[in-house]
Amino acid sequence: MNDRNPTMATAQLPDWNALQPGDALPPLELPPIRRLDLALYCGASGDHNPIHVDVDFARSAGMPDVFAHGMLSAAWLARLLTNWVPQSAIRSLDLRFAALTHVGERIRCTGTVAEKFEHEGRRSVRLKLATANHEGAARLSAEALVAWP
Amino acid sequence: MIDRRHIGHQLPPFQVEVEKGRLRFFAKATGQTDPVYTDEAAARDAGHPGLPVPPTFLFCLEMEAPNPAAIRELLGMDYRSLLHGEQGFSYHAMAYAGDMLTFRQRIEDIYDKKNGALEFVVRKTHVHNQRDELVAELRCVTVVRNQ
Repeated sequence: MNDRNPTMATAQLPDWNALQPGDALPPLELPPIRRLDLALYCGASGDHNPIHVDVDFARSAGMPDVFAHGMLSAAWLARLLTNWVPQSAIRSLDLRFAALTHVGERIRCTGTVAEKFEHEGRRSVRLKLATANHEGAARLSAEALVAWP
Repeated sequence: MIDRRHIGHQLPPFQVEVEKGRLRFFAKATGQTDPVYTDEAAARDAGHPGLPVPPTFLFCLEMEAPNPAAIRELLGMDYRSLLHGEQGFSYHAMAYAGDMLTFRQRIEDIYDKKNGALEFVVRKTHVHNQRDELVAELRCVTVVRNQ
């Protein structure tokens, strides 16, 4: 999948002292979800649940169409994080799949600093993360904890 | 209704080797363009011993269990009625291509809402590397929609 975001180099940790609650992470915008993207994610992730790639199966389950893996959006939220800090700084990531993400939707990943604190001597921030479609409808919500070394 | 006696059930541990080809395929499938996740030289330049396992890929490795349907079969759940409700990761150490990871899964809780119309199965997984270091804890909440 190619998206409009420039090629990312590994992030350096931002200056913790300068961060404030409410600060926004640079958002991550994805192109419209294609069925091909779901097929690639099916293979790459090892999640072979047919409901994401086989429309016949999806209909037999009462769905009008296939829909995106929640964990594909989760991977995009993880990219939002690793674009902002080195991965080793991420202490936790907790995702809630609030609504289905559909083929054709353009997903935007956003994050804000919710809280800044020191925990066991380590400078930390708690982030609120979310995905929404191009109409602003919420899809995933998440929380992450980032700690400085 | 799912039998609550399965709360506390531990599944047989299993091992999964982290393959760098899968990591590159995952990077492609998720639009990851940071070369650290696909180029070993870039990974080493960034201080990593090899290609890192990205944050959510541990969930994918967990699906490499000898029988990925083991919990579904044990609890008698149909694919068609399942939704992934929540997924949590607590990270303790980075994992890399070539690591041999051990997954230990346990059914942490089973509960229902809306008079049984929705049931929830909480699975907790501990992941250790080949040096027996704790890599991560995973928490998965599966939602069962009962008709």
